[in-house]
Amino acid sequence: MTQNADHVLDHLELFRGPEYQQMLANKKKMFENPRDPAEVERVREWAKTPEYRELNFAREALTVNPAKACQPLGAVFAAVGFEGTIPFVHGSQGCVAYYRSHFSRHFKEPSSCVSSSMTEDAAVFGGLNNMIDGLANTYAMYKPKMIAVSTTCMAEVIGDDLNAFIKTAKEKGSVPAEYDVPFAHTPAFVGSHVTGYDNVMKGIFEHFWDGKARTAPVLERVPNEKINFIGGFDGYTVGNLREVKRLLGIMGADYTILGDNSDVWDTPTDGEFRMYDGGTTLEDAANALHAKATISMQEYSTEKTLPFIASHGQEVVAFNHPIGVAGTDAFLMAVSRIIGKEIPEELARERGRLVDAIADSSAHIHGKKFAIYGDPDLCLGLAAFLLELGAEPTHVLATNGSKQWAEKVQALFDSSPFGQNCHVYPGKDLWHMRSLLFTDPVDFLIGNTYGKYLERDTGTPLIRIGFPIFDRHHHHRYPVWGYQGGMNVLVWILDKIFDEIDKNTNVPSKTDYSFDIIR
Amino acid sequence: MSLAKTQSIEEIKARNKELITEVLQVYPEKTAKRRAKHLNVHESGKSDCGVKSNLKSVPGVMTIRGCAYAGSKGVVWGPIKDMIHISHGPVGCGQYSWAARRNYYIGTTGIDTFVTMQFTSDFQEKDIVFGGDKKLAKIMDEIQELFPLNNGITVQSECPIGLIGDDIEAVSKAKSKEYEGKTIVPVRCEGFRGVSQSLGHHIANDAIRDWVFDKIPADAAPRFEPTAYDVAIIGDYNIGGDAWSSRILLEEMGLRVIAQWSGDGSLAELEATPKAKLNVLHCYRSMNYISRHMEEKYGIPWCEYNFFGPSKIAESLRKIASYFDDKIKEGAERVIAKYQPLMDAVIAKYRPRLEGKTVMLFVGGLRPRHVIGAYEDLGMEVVGTGYEFGHNDDYQRTAQHYVKDGTLIYDDVTGYEFEKFVEKIQPDLVGSGIKEKYVFQKMGVPFRQMHSWDYSGPYHGYDGFAIFARDMDMAINSPVWKMTKAPWKAVPKPTLMAAE
Repeated sequence: MTQNADHVLDHLELFRGPEYQQMLANKKKMFENPRDPAEVERVREWAKTPEYRELNFAREALTVNPAKACQPLGAVFAAVGFEGTIPFVHGSQGCVAYYRSHFSRHFKEPSSCVSSSMTEDAAVFGGLNNMIDGLANTYAMYKPKMIAVSTTCMAEVIGDDLNAFIKTAKEKGSVPAEYDVPFAHTPAFVGSHVTGYDNVMKGIFEHFWDGKARTAPVLERVPNEKINFIGGFDGYTVGNLREVKRLLGIMGADYTILGDNSDVWDTPTDGEFRMYDGGTTLEDAANALHAKATISMQEYSTEKTLPFIASHGQEVVAFNHPIGVAGTDAFLMAVSRIIGKEIPEELARERGRLVDAIADSSAHIHGKKFAIYGDPDLCLGLAAFLLELGAEPTHVLATNGSKQWAEKVQALFDSSPFGQNCHVYPGKDLWHMRSLLFTDPVDFLIGNTYGKYLERDTGTPLIRIGFPIFDRHHHHRYPVWGYQGGMNVLVWILDKIFDEIDKNTNVPSKTDYSFDIIR
Repeated sequence: MSLAKTQSIEEIKARNKELITEVLQVYPEKTAKRRAKHLNVHESGKSDCGVKSNLKSVPGVMTIRGCAYAGSKGVVWGPIKDMIHISHGPVGCGQYSWAARRNYYIGTTGIDTFVTMQFTSDFQEKDIVFGGDKKLAKIMDEIQELFPLNNGITVQSECPIGLIGDDIEAVSKAKSKEYEGKTIVPVRCEGFRGVSQSLGHHIANDAIRDWVFDKIPADAAPRFEPTAYDVAIIGDYNIGGDAWSSRILLEEMGLRVIAQWSGDGSLAELEATPKAKLNVLHCYRSMNYISRHMEEKYGIPWCEYNFFGPSKIAESLRKIASYFDDKIKEGAERVIAKYQPLMDAVIAKYRPRLEGKTVMLFVGGLRPRHVIGAYEDLGMEVVGTGYEFGHNDDYQRTAQHYVKDGTLIYDDVTGYEFEKFVEKIQPDLVGSGIKEKYVFQKMGVPFRQMHSWDYSGPYHGYDGFAIFARDMDMAINSPVWKMTKAPWKAVPKPTLMAAE
């Protein structure tokens, strides 16, 4: 018996004892009808070969370990960025349990969201009654300032009409006639979570600006000097938005963050559960129409929202999750140009500190090869930063990346001597990435938590940057935007590089001559 | 700390009834009527808990429930390690459930084992419009080519499949034939079916019956020589290694475990189970269906057991042994005696730290009742409990064997109700899921996830109880809970706490 009351062993150690090892070996031999170990080894080796890679890349129907989620997840992300708003997802209820779990596992925070709980009868007759009852219940129980409606694939396949349903629900008295219920159709079989984010953001502005589904007058734009800021679907939303507010404050900008999730996913433990916290006020969401310009930090999270805003007479500027010196420069210069104010010396000094840090450390990064996967904008931002550091983003992969995105990544490669041997993979998954890491190895992998399987199988050290991050805590509290954010990313990369060097030089009397205390 | 300690049973009952009345006030009338049937106060001596269950969730209330797909892919089928489970439909369902349940297994992932992988048909608009059967067939070909050591395939249907009229059965049959009788199992677990995960369990059980059991040739020779002591563990998903810390006890008492359903399970084990002499059933809710089927068709008796906490473990070992001869009965006594010193040491260490603490639970499957004994072994008291997707037979078992008079019962609890109940009752610990965890921790209430064991475990068996005790202690007695109020905002503590 290995278990012990003084030193309790859990799954990390318990099963390594001889009793369990013997038990598991017997189970396998006697009852599992296991494959011949030599055959397992043969296939394991074969799966590392260029031949396997070719078969793997010839896949047309099967997706294995994708790096993307579905639209309604992004819909929920967008909705909770508004003050007192509860996302209401029309369709099957299991989906909502999944979104809430997914966000809670990443942010380590509560994630409130309701479902219209459609079942088989709703599949036959439509989900109108679910909408009527659902809105009434949500309104009564959770007293939201706004209910943002989106859809699961079930409701989309049967063709439920949100506009008509919400109108009927209001007529039936579920919520007051003038109550704000913006909506967006977010079919899971189109695009990905970033598409859902985009659809809901557009839906909310459409609601406030274009006459609330013909229940209010269309707002007339009275231009002012403010700027709007949209972060996009971003796992670092808490740290990033706080950093952006700080930067815009230093710039002296009069701004509105549209979709501000930084408080709702970072509430204090002080004895009170805050279902709602912070967020863009509904008034600000409406008044955002009058702004001079809107800046989106993620082009592919706002592909429909930005043209919609532009069509209302504003300038729109899109970035691709800018990380590092040049990316932050471009962002701040755009802000400076739009608001007509110089960039203060304070920020020039912050910039200088990031450049200083890069100069101090670049010898350890220069020439290193990286594989990156993640959302399209994040991939662009990270690749640009790596090129800035003299590293090579050898493989850049986005399961939800389009051909047009791939061209943009290629143009980025072409802009730098360090991008010459780099390749972009739109629409591919992490099983493709596995083949790439075996046949065309790199020094480091950057990706989300699921990258740990690639790290284990291929031995490529993983630097966790992306969404979701389930198995490391609190990184979402740190910004990756701004010069300070660039500093964070630089340190995360360096820490892994140094850890790897130490790990590879620590065998006494064999390799420990390089086990240096100064690097 | 808890108010409950200062009150008589009658006072507690009155308070709980009042609480129910109070929470119902938030609802529109129609909803209040529906929800009222799911909330009650347990009266000892009653045959069930006096609540309705397994009914549709009310729209818009923030139910904690999942769907049939979650019950089939996420619970029953997903852990079968040598088969590839296709999440058939859009990408999300498979993504959110990818490796999230910690069904431990031994195997070479990606080569002969596939549990922590996400295989999906990633439906696009054209698949909805033109149907996905051709794509599904092609997916099976690609699986055969790229993962040649898989021992079978299941098709886990997501919502659109049943709505667009795809014939996944036909595709599965055709491909099975093409691949020389390969086990290919279509599962109609679309998320809109039923009212919760529960129907997904049932559908998944039936799929094993129809597409695994019924495909075994009657004259198929067993892969091993049967013995009189062969049993199968049914309804243990090996979360954090639960099935392993259970299996070891059964083997130590002299039984031979020929199959695990489904944690660390394999197709061969499913196929061998009809040869068992006894099926021992842990999660009744998710696998009673297949147990009853095996009883009817193969004459295999089944026996529910509970491996949480030493009292219930000893009771269960004796119950299981009662189906066998003296050798096994003696084996059970030997096992109980062997672990007694460990249990004594665990209880001596942790009980003084946990004595009198109160717990509120809201979980799925068997846990709303099964863990009560383990808390009681530590001197703790469960003052409220409820099932995410239980049926009346669960509430009967709960009433007859587990809960105390006056326990607050809440079926398919809503976010609002649960928050209010905890706020008023102020238990020392809440045990529920990831969606609830941070709500209560923000309120300053210690919490343990009782689906995933909060990434700890195993909790089953004697080895698991030591971990359970350690974890409950670290949750309740963490110094963090003394810091939730800023000192300059601190309110005078109630006198009760001074005696702590």
